[in-house]
Amino acid sequence: MATDRIVGIDLGTTNSLVAFMQGESPVVIPGDDGLNLVPSVVALDEKNQPVIGNAARKYLTETPERAVYSIKRLMGRGVDDVQEELKFFPFRLAEDLQAGEVLRIRLGNKTFTPPEISALILRQLKRNAERFFGAPVAKAVITVPAYFNDAQRQATKDAGRIAGLEVMRLVNEPTAASLAYGLDKKQNGIVAVYDLGGGTFDVSILKLHDGIFEVIATNGDTHLGGDDIDNLLITIALDDTFGDLGLDLRRNAEAVQAIRKAVIEAKIALSSQPSVKLDVELPGGSHYLREITREQFEQLIQPIIDRTVGPCKQALKDANLKPEQIDEVVLVGGSTRIPKVRALVKELFHREPHTELNPDEVVALGAAVQANILGGGSEATENMLLLDVTPLSLGIEVAGGVTDKIILRNSTVPASATQFYTTQVDGQANVAIHVLQGERELAKDCRSLARFDLKGVPPMAAGMARIEVKFLIDANGILHVSAREQRSGKEAEIQVQPSYGLTDEQVEGMILDSFDSAEEDFRQRQVIEARNEAATILDALDKGKKSPAWGHLSTDEKKKIAKMEKALIAVKNEDDYQAIRKAIDTLNQGTTRLAELMMDSAVSTALKGKTMDEADMGEGPTAPHPMAKAEFE
Amino acid sequence: MTDSSLTTITAKAAPEGTQSCWSCGTMRAVQFCESCGKVQPPAPVDYFTFFGLPRKLTLDVSALEKDFYELSRKLHPDLNARAGSQEQEWSLQQSSLLNDAYRTLKDPIKRTQYLLKLEGVELEEQSKSATEQARSTGEIKKQIVPPDLLEEVFELNVQLEELRGQKKMGEDDPALIEEVGRQKLELEEKHEALLRELQGHWKMWDGMIQREHNGQPVSEEERRQARNRMVDLLNRRNYIRNLVRDVNEVLER
Repeated sequence: MATDRIVGIDLGTTNSLVAFMQGESPVVIPGDDGLNLVPSVVALDEKNQPVIGNAARKYLTETPERAVYSIKRLMGRGVDDVQEELKFFPFRLAEDLQAGEVLRIRLGNKTFTPPEISALILRQLKRNAERFFGAPVAKAVITVPAYFNDAQRQATKDAGRIAGLEVMRLVNEPTAASLAYGLDKKQNGIVAVYDLGGGTFDVSILKLHDGIFEVIATNGDTHLGGDDIDNLLITIALDDTFGDLGLDLRRNAEAVQAIRKAVIEAKIALSSQPSVKLDVELPGGSHYLREITREQFEQLIQPIIDRTVGPCKQALKDANLKPEQIDEVVLVGGSTRIPKVRALVKELFHREPHTELNPDEVVALGAAVQANILGGGSEATENMLLLDVTPLSLGIEVAGGVTDKIILRNSTVPASATQFYTTQVDGQANVAIHVLQGERELAKDCRSLARFDLKGVPPMAAGMARIEVKFLIDANGILHVSAREQRSGKEAEIQVQPSYGLTDEQVEGMILDSFDSAEEDFRQRQVIEARNEAATILDALDKGKKSPAWGHLSTDEKKKIAKMEKALIAVKNEDDYQAIRKAIDTLNQGTTRLAELMMDSAVSTALKGKTMDEADMGEGPTAPHPMAKAEFE
Repeated sequence: MTDSSLTTITAKAAPEGTQSCWSCGTMRAVQFCESCGKVQPPAPVDYFTFFGLPRKLTLDVSALEKDFYELSRKLHPDLNARAGSQEQEWSLQQSSLLNDAYRTLKDPIKRTQYLLKLEGVELEEQSKSATEQARSTGEIKKQIVPPDLLEEVFELNVQLEELRGQKKMGEDDPALIEEVGRQKLELEEKHEALLRELQGHWKMWDGMIQREHNGQPVSEEERRQARNRMVDLLNRRNYIRNLVRDVNEVLER
C-alpha cells in the first residue's frame, strides 16, 4: 500500500512544502537540509543540472542568468499578460517565443516552460518525501490560490504530471488552511480565511457544518503579495543609488539580488522590531545604508495591503454576510506576519484573527488532510468533506463580443451548464465556441480559456441542428466540455485550442522521469543520492581539517571523527543506500561542533566571486517614499 | 412544508424504471446504492425529482440543505477517489447534478424560474448582458416598465443621469444624493413586497399541484394563469432589481 500514499504539497510563490498525515495529525516533511521550507528557486549548475531550493539560492546572486524565482507568477499566462511582471522580476523569456506559444524562460542556454520549472520543484518535494518514507511517492494533492483561473490550474496539474506525480486533487489554498485549523476545532460556524502569500492574495468565507467545509464565497488577486513589498523597497534602493551616486544598478542583476536579499531581511525584521538598518555592499565597494522605521514601512506598504480590502468586501457581499456574522478569522501566508496586515484584518472582520498555526506551513498541512480524505480517511478526518467553489464566472462569447455567463462565480464545484447551439448556414459542419472566464461584460475583458470547434455537424438546413454542449467544472476547478447533436444523436468532435496551455502531447514529452515511480529506479536514485551526499560531507570534512577550527577540537573528538569517516568510506560504494545514510547521519552528528567552529570563522570571509552578467530589470517607476535620503559609505 | 429528510428521499424518490444497483444488485438504487453505497449512473431527471421533491414551490430550505449535505457525503468525488474510473465519472456527474440542483432550488427566484422553464415558459431575461448585447447589435431592447412604476422610474432615471454627470465633473449634490437614496429604499421595499407576493403565488400553484395529485382535474387555463402571474411578477422584480443596481452603481462610484 506504500505506493498509494498521497502527500499534500503547497507549491508556493516563494516557498514550497510537502506534508503528510502522520497518524492523526499532519506534519511537514523536511528536506535533506533539515528545513521544512523549500524555496521555490530553480537554478542550473555548471553541468546544466537543475538545483532546487536552498541550494539554488546562491545562484540568484552569483549567476542570476542561470536561476529563477517566483515562477508561479507566470503559470498559465501568456506573453501579453506578463509585461507588468517583467518590469519587476528578472524573468528572461526565450528570444524565439512565437505569439500564442506557452512562455519559455531562459536558464543558462536552455529554456523551460513555467510548468517544467514548477515540476522541478515538485520533483524535489517528491524526492524529499521518498527519502523520508524510504518508498516511492506517486500521488499528491497540490494547492493553488483560490483565485487561480482554469489555465493556471491546468498549468499546475501539468507540472505535477511532468514531475511524475498523479495529481489527485487541486485544493484552494485558503480552503486547505481551514482544513488544517478545522482538525482541532470541530465546530460549526462561519470562518473567513485571509491568505496573503508571496505572490497571491485570497480570501475565502466558509460555513462549517458537522465536518463539512462549505465555501460560500471566495475572491482574491493572483498578483498581490509579499513580492510587491520587496519590489517597492528594491525600487527605492535603486532610485537612491542612481540619484545620489549616479550608479544605475537596475541592469546589474547581481547587485539587484543583493539588495533584494537585504530588503527581504529588513521586511521580516520590521515585523518584530521598531526599526532596521539596511546595509548593502554595492559594486565598487561602497555601501548603501538606510534606516527604515516601522512607521515609514507601514506608510509605504499601505497602498499594497489596501488592495486586499476590495476582495474581502466583495467576498462578504457575495456571501451575503456582514462582518459581525463571521465567527472566526484565520491568517495564512508569510505576509500576514506583518502587524499592519493583522490590524487591517481585524478592522475588516471585527475579530482578532487566529495565528496558532505557522502561516507558512498551514496550507501544506491542510493539503495533507485533504490527501488523507482522498485516500479513504482516518479517525481524524472522519466526516470531513470539502465543498469548494469556482472563483470566477464561466461564460461564452455571444454576438457582439458579449460574455454570456453560464456558471456564476461561487458556484459549488463540480458544477455544470448546458447550452444549445445551432447552425447559421445550410450544411454548416463546424460551430466555433469561445469559452471565457471572468466577471466583465465584454468578452475582450475576460480571460480567454479556449476556443472549441465542434466538428462533424451532420448536414442540415440552417438553424435545424440542435447541438447540446455541456460545460462541467470538476472538483479541481478545471473545465471539461462535451457536445452532442441532438437530432442525429451524433457526438460532435471537439477540438480544443487552449488559449494559454500545453497540449497533452507536449506534457507527455516533458515528463521528467518516465520510470520515476518504479521501485528499482527509486532504489538506484537513492543510492546515487546517498553517495553524492557522502562525497559532499567527506569533502567538507577534508576542508574542515585544514581550517583553523580543526585545531580547537580535542584529540578525543578528532579520533572519533576519524573513526566515523572511515566507516562512511567503507560503505560508500556499496549498494545499500540505507547503510550509507546511516553512516552520513553519524558523521554529521559527530562533526556538529566542528561545523559550528567553522561557521564562526566563515562569517568574516564571505564569498565574493562576481560576474558581470546582466538581468533585465526593466524600467521600474520611481518610487515615492516617506524616508529621508539614504547614506552611502 | 415539504418533508424531505434523506430517508424519504431514498425511499420515495426512486423514479419509475429505476434499476438495481450495478454493483451489488440490490433494488431501488437512485444516486447511490443504499445497500453497498456505490455511486450509480446518473439518470436524466429534473432538479425536483433529484431531491425526491414534488414540483411545488414552497420548500423547506433547511431540510433541503440537510439533504444536500447528506447526498454530498455519498456522491462527492473526494469520497470516491479510490473507486474505478467509471464510478469516478458517475460521481463527478452525480455530484455536479446535485450542486446544480441545490443551487437552483435553494434560491426562491431561481427555483421559480426553473419551475417555469420546466413548464415550458421562456422567461425574458432582463440581465445586464442581454441589455449589453442588444445595445451592441443595435437592437433596442424592449424593457417593459411596470405601469404603476412609470412615473417614478422616469424621474429617477433623470436624477441618476444628473448624478452621473455631476460625479464626472467631480461635483457633489448632497440633497440629490439623499433624494436618490430615499427612492432606492422605496424600491427595496417594493422588492421585498414583491417577494412576499410571490410566496402567495407559490401557495396557489402548490395547491393546484396538490389537487392534481389528489386526482382532481386542473384546467389548462388555470395552469396558464398561475404561470402567467409568476412570469409577470418575475419581470417586475427583475426591473426593480436592475434599477436598484443602477442606483448603487451611481452612488458607489
